[in-house]
Amino acid sequence: MKELPQSLRNTPELDRWVAVRQDGKILVYVGKVELGQGILTAFTLIAAMELSVESKRIELVTARTGITPNEGVTAGSMSIETTGAAIRQACAWARQIILEAASQYLTVSLESLIVRDGVVSSSETSDLVSYQDLFGGRPFNKHLEFSIDEMSSQSHPKIVRIDLEPKVRGKGVFIHDKSWANMLHARVVRSRGQLVDLFPPKGKVRLFRNGDFIAICGTDEAEVVDAQTEVLARSTWTSPNLKVDVMEQLKGTNEAFLLRDGIPVREDVPDPVLEFERQYSRPYLMHGSIGPSAAAAIYQNDRIVIWCSSQGIELLKPLIARVLSIEIDSVSIIYVQGAGCYGHNGADDVALDAALTAQAIPGRHVLLKWTREQEHMFEPYGPAMIMRMGANLMGGDITDWSHDVASFTHVSRPAPGRPGIDLLGSTEVDPPFPSNEPKPRLGREVGIHRNALPLYSFENVRVVKRFVPRSPLRTSALRSLGAHGNVFAIESFMDELAIHSGKDPFSFRLKYIQDPRARAVLRSVVELAGGLEGSRGLGIAQYKNQQCYAAVICEVDVNNDTAAIKAKNIWIAADAGRVVDLDGLTNQLEGGAIQALSWCLKEAVHFDEDGVTSVDWDTYPIIRFSEIPEVTTVVIDHPKERSLGAGEATLGPTAGALGNAVYAACGVRVRDLPMTSQQLRKSAAVSL
Amino acid sequence: MISLDINGSITEVETTDDVPAIFVLRNVLDIKSVKLGCGLEQCGSCAVLLDGEPTLTCSKAIGDFVGRTIETIEQMQSPIQEALLQGNAIQCGYCINGIIVAAEGLFRRDSHPDRATIIRALEPHLCRCGAHPRIIRVLMELASR
Repeated sequence: MKELPQSLRNTPELDRWVAVRQDGKILVYVGKVELGQGILTAFTLIAAMELSVESKRIELVTARTGITPNEGVTAGSMSIETTGAAIRQACAWARQIILEAASQYLTVSLESLIVRDGVVSSSETSDLVSYQDLFGGRPFNKHLEFSIDEMSSQSHPKIVRIDLEPKVRGKGVFIHDKSWANMLHARVVRSRGQLVDLFPPKGKVRLFRNGDFIAICGTDEAEVVDAQTEVLARSTWTSPNLKVDVMEQLKGTNEAFLLRDGIPVREDVPDPVLEFERQYSRPYLMHGSIGPSAAAAIYQNDRIVIWCSSQGIELLKPLIARVLSIEIDSVSIIYVQGAGCYGHNGADDVALDAALTAQAIPGRHVLLKWTREQEHMFEPYGPAMIMRMGANLMGGDITDWSHDVASFTHVSRPAPGRPGIDLLGSTEVDPPFPSNEPKPRLGREVGIHRNALPLYSFENVRVVKRFVPRSPLRTSALRSLGAHGNVFAIESFMDELAIHSGKDPFSFRLKYIQDPRARAVLRSVVELAGGLEGSRGLGIAQYKNQQCYAAVICEVDVNNDTAAIKAKNIWIAADAGRVVDLDGLTNQLEGGAIQALSWCLKEAVHFDEDGVTSVDWDTYPIIRFSEIPEVTTVVIDHPKERSLGAGEATLGPTAGALGNAVYAACGVRVRDLPMTSQQLRKSAAVSL
Repeated sequence: MISLDINGSITEVETTDDVPAIFVLRNVLDIKSVKLGCGLEQCGSCAVLLDGEPTLTCSKAIGDFVGRTIETIEQMQSPIQEALLQGNAIQCGYCINGIIVAAEGLFRRDSHPDRATIIRALEPHLCRCGAHPRIIRVLMELASR
């Protein structure tokens, strides 16, 4: 018997996943959330197909503690692979149980049944029965133990994404839009140092202070904003004395691991002699949500209800209970969409900020928003990375390959079971809760070493992960984690080796790729772009070496006078296994490519001893419409293969393709991101 | 008390004229399309049409909007909304208000803008998800109709 998908093994009661309502709607419960990636649409398509109903009959219930299955975090491009598989199987079971009941009800054979949009007919009778006739408002009472056959691998229909209609009509669907009678607006006052002197606010607002945690609230949002600005400007804090030379720190004390079959192991790291060595780097990067983090809460009768856009409400719940000193069961968290987060941003921190504030003012709903400056200054950044690449070549062939990556933690999501609490507010209250010491992650393809293992087959491969324990800035999961830096380095280095060997970058790569699906996407992208000639560069990776394959060609213009780089075209070829929502998949692949362009061309978090100086969109510029290339995408569908997570697949390959295109355009190899005109000039000076 | 001409009707609002317009629109008039993104006129998500011109509301005082016509996407019924929807040209959707407003302002002046003109109109608007290529594609298609 075939094993159930993991999420169903964790929650095997069918009624926790599927319910038929008396009006014919079918509720499907999931622990994953819509982050703007279109996942609700994909889940709806899967459920509709397995249940043989129109997609408009499906109503998804997402992430509410105590109601939906606990599925951890919505992250890592895993939702289609894990929850998609669980929904497919749960709905297949529901359909089978309904059909068995229909066969008894109609007194016909199971084989004679035909389903059309939830109405069951039979070739043996003219009678009909609907899903709601049989199970409307009734439980299935089924404990799932094994998988059954699912619907055939037919294509899912194309539908308009189900969450978009209210967004284009201006309906208030975001957490920022929540509103209750008598609600209080709130802002926090926050600094990196310790509070020395607090300036009291004027006017009708209230200030709540617990240690260094300070919140200001009132019924008039404009007054709250004014008060927050004044209190922040006129209070004093100690300097955090941040250590500013990050690249030197990354080269310093670290814990080194050798990757064996993709798993970091504590072994002596060999130090081979390598004739060809290059070093690449990326800076700290921001998630940079367009909407600042926000959350709402109400505290009454020693219970709290929180509305927030955390990617992992079940993980957050016990931590908030600890900080508020209440029972875990007294905390309810309801997910509400925020602006796109692209990983672990301020969404969890602000949930605690709102909870602390609501606890101080029982019986009132509180809606707390971070300011733009706070979003830029206090989110946990994607960490800086250094990738030292090395190779030996014999007769133009790579015989030895070395990838040595050093970085800070990429994973500091708040999670129970550890002594500390990784939420900003918890370190500010009195007494403060300790933060957890960052620890190296030793699983396959997590954090720093994600995609450090090359897609290519070389004779000797040495991959080293170096965990640097203390980052001056808080860091955590940013879309694709280490894959962005690692694939940038691998793909840049492959080009350098190809050029050194006098080979063309396409054939040089193909020679070392065994996996036929990787070979197919590489060929497809070159075909799609019509070749690699001119100012074009190539990049390829399979995300986590186990999810979506993506190959990217980037074409650039480099202005000789200003040294400005402009991406003109991007071509993407991808293989995500069985495609559920082609348009949604394409949107994610393209969005990832554009975001990577922004990171690679423009972005770096700047800071000095007193704190972050990238405090708004002028001091942390991101890509704009005038900088957007034409993007063309082809997806290779494999209807009989399992679906592969794709939301982060293009970040690394685009970074590599961009660097290689810049080299093709002007002969300058930029190894340190971002590729600003200043950096291009610096790299040009080095290469002279 | 001030009087606002908003979405085709005159509305009396109890506020002072120095309050940033966004807070009056969102919190008093319940117009949630207008998004607070930066409060610094840097991201564009708070835009409305003011006398037909895309205008940011996060820093300007509501007094500047008195005696002028304010339009928001709730009542817009614009083909741009439908085109973005049908083209799935959105990801998280937080920025889309500003983009609809900017495009609507442009298309009212010029129903067949070229790519460069579309981009110029959208330039003040940030999108972090990378939906730009689709947005441009959809608007180009609309301009060619």
